[in-house]
Amino acid sequence: MQCRILSCIAFSILNICDKGDSVNNVLFELRGITKLFGNVVANKNIDFSVREGEIHALLGENGSGKTTLMNILSGIYTPDSGTIIINGEEVTIKSPEDAIKLGIGMIHQHFKLVDVFSAKENIIMGQAGSSRRNQKELTKELEELSNRFGLNINLDKKIYQMSVSEKQTVEIMKVLFRKSKILILDEPTAVLTPQEIDKLFEILRELRADGCAIVLITHKLNEVMEISDRVTILRKGESVATVETKKTNPKELTELMVGHSVDLSIDRPVVKDKTKDVLKVENLTIYDEEGVKVIDGMSFTVDGGEILGVAGVAGSGQKELCEAIAGLHPVADGTIEFKGRNIVGLNPNEIINLGVSMSFIPEDRLGMGLVANMDMVDNVILKDYRRQKGLLLSRKPARKMALKMVEDLDIVTQGVQYPIRLLSGGNVQKVLLGREINSSPQLLITAYPVRGLDINSSYVIYDMLNEQKKKGVAVLYIGEDLNVLLELCDRIMVICGGRIMGMVDPKDVTIEDLGLMMTGHTYSQILAERGTGQ
Amino acid sequence: MIIASYIYIAVRVSIPVLLGITGAIFNEKAGNTNLGIEGMMYMGAFAGFYTAVATNSVILALIAACLFGAFGALIYAFATVTLRTNQVVAGLSLTIFGQGIARFLGNTLSGAKGESVRIPDAVTQKVNWKILGLKDIPFLGRALFGYDMIIYLSIVLVVIAYFYINKSKTGLNLRAVGENPAAADAAGINVSLYKYVHICIGGAFCGLAGAYIGVVYLTTWGNNMIAGKGWIAVALVIFASWNPLKAIYSSLLFGFTSLIALRFQDSPISPYLLEMLPYLLTVIILIITSVKMKKENQQPASCGVNYFREER
Repeated sequence: MQCRILSCIAFSILNICDKGDSVNNVLFELRGITKLFGNVVANKNIDFSVREGEIHALLGENGSGKTTLMNILSGIYTPDSGTIIINGEEVTIKSPEDAIKLGIGMIHQHFKLVDVFSAKENIIMGQAGSSRRNQKELTKELEELSNRFGLNINLDKKIYQMSVSEKQTVEIMKVLFRKSKILILDEPTAVLTPQEIDKLFEILRELRADGCAIVLITHKLNEVMEISDRVTILRKGESVATVETKKTNPKELTELMVGHSVDLSIDRPVVKDKTKDVLKVENLTIYDEEGVKVIDGMSFTVDGGEILGVAGVAGSGQKELCEAIAGLHPVADGTIEFKGRNIVGLNPNEIINLGVSMSFIPEDRLGMGLVANMDMVDNVILKDYRRQKGLLLSRKPARKMALKMVEDLDIVTQGVQYPIRLLSGGNVQKVLLGREINSSPQLLITAYPVRGLDINSSYVIYDMLNEQKKKGVAVLYIGEDLNVLLELCDRIMVICGGRIMGMVDPKDVTIEDLGLMMTGHTYSQILAERGTGQ
Repeated sequence: MIIASYIYIAVRVSIPVLLGITGAIFNEKAGNTNLGIEGMMYMGAFAGFYTAVATNSVILALIAACLFGAFGALIYAFATVTLRTNQVVAGLSLTIFGQGIARFLGNTLSGAKGESVRIPDAVTQKVNWKILGLKDIPFLGRALFGYDMIIYLSIVLVVIAYFYINKSKTGLNLRAVGENPAAADAAGINVSLYKYVHICIGGAFCGLAGAYIGVVYLTTWGNNMIAGKGWIAVALVIFASWNPLKAIYSSLLFGFTSLIALRFQDSPISPYLLEMLPYLLTVIILIITSVKMKKENQQPASCGVNYFREER
């Protein structure tokens, strides 16, 4: 009882303060939110509030509890303790339905869309009472919305035929159509090109002007600086600070986020004697299961001792390219030469034995390469059991290797006999990449190795890759973060729709150039435009 | 004239399969692979048979069959939706349970001497109520209007099911649940409620299918009445590409191949081989049709996976 009175007083003081500052009203407030998953504390006593007409960035590393906190607000999770206050009234949110009724709309990192539905069906599903609304009226309303915000979308197009940015547009339409006042966007820019990000931010600014409270979950500092009014930083499930964006800088934010100062530059060591053309792909053409051309006449080479970066919007053919080289995907036309030998048609095992290693980190991180329920030792054996002789497996060498990996890569685990699925994402990725590197390959293909990793782990991985490069390994790095590609790689190959748009030196291009190429402009076009511009 | 009577027989054989497919479609559209179709058909067969014998009422028999079928489905829904047990195991258990309980209770029907029990003539007459005069039209009369009323009722229900699933607002929400329950949940749809309701509707369809076999088609109580028609239904869902209208011709296909077995029963070919024919054909068709299919016509994406909101 006493507590409640105290908090009431505290709240009224807060209110007075707000009015004194003559800033907008607080639209919603989370107080003392705690959420446990088993023994893991995902959120610990977090206070968080957002005002009307504010873009509030929620910054933190992966696993710091940002998404969990917002999932609580949008009704996906129920908190173990704490209260939610909207428009000054305490509310209980038991389901997403409750949250929608309270005007909360969340755009999840992994879109919550039904693939086989059209955009329109996705927007209207779950809407109460719209059954009687006639189709024409509905279409008109949706068209008005898209015109107002300059969203370009075909309402009858099926989701599975859409690009990532189109899917996101549908998600945005969904929340706009429901007239949500509180908007939560979870890592919305992760899969967008720089141009698409600009467009998204344009929309967010317009919504801010409308008086919406917008929460932007992110771990990208430049975005925080560009668009937010205030920033709340979470670290290991706790709220560390809330600061005004104008009064802070990226360095300070990083330190708050990581807990200590970090050097944000990435090394690019120069290797003198490169082996020419360790991998030589010529005129490669690949069709997917549905008969769609996913790789269209690609030709490129990777030298030993260089990192070739591949940039492209998700689904531009990255996965198929990796799989084709590793022998997992049939090749329709063209050759893949490894050290002068055509490896098209060899089976994956033969390719591994030649010294090609592939690690692909899918979106769910565990899907390819590791078995979640098995421990580190068994996962190591998976890759080399064929080389063992005899009927029974010997675990000793694998165990030794696992222990060495734990030490070398600083993997946090309760032991090498602990199931992989219980490790955090970063550690799982270290295990995967560590195992691949330990097989001492001459060609290392790695896709999204830092996907979802915190800053420290990311830098460990970059160092690992550089280490391999210095040893003379040819590295094909398929990346997401364009800034990292620009700093880490020796050359960058930009692909769009299965074609090479440009093979560029990172020193010659800007992030915008990469963005343009990713959406189908060739490098020569960009150069020509730049020429006429000057 | 003989063609007309072939059609007549084939249609009658295919009706329970049609209802079974529709029941299975309701389950799968809600994201549940229910292997208990056979069991729910047995339950419906018993409930329908028992009520028909006890009350002489067709309507009550059908209602009882639907309810008992839905009851079986409710157990399955509780196990998979609330307790989140494995759908395959729960479905198989339901089949074994349904079959067992129908046989156990059915034994009480036949009494101690083991004499066979028949559906009362009064009931059979009511069922075979015909549209006046129409069935005497040559050829078309028998093939189109010669059936019992339950066949017409079934076809109407199946067409309604089609419009409900594919055209209505609740149908849209239902499909969303089956395709991507997380997306449906985030859009404010009550996933558990949708699953419960539609699994039970599916159960009612299966119950009706069982009642048709028991009360109309065989009319004599036997322990092996359903004889795998539930399994055929589960398989033919794929051929019908989860569309109740297409289930009509899928089930007719089964009906006509059964006919071949009937037609050649006097030939030197082993009757066992002939009886196998419709089942064999089902398998072959399945293999052919599942090779290439448009994305929209495939199994709902979340089928077989239980949904738990707080899963990480």
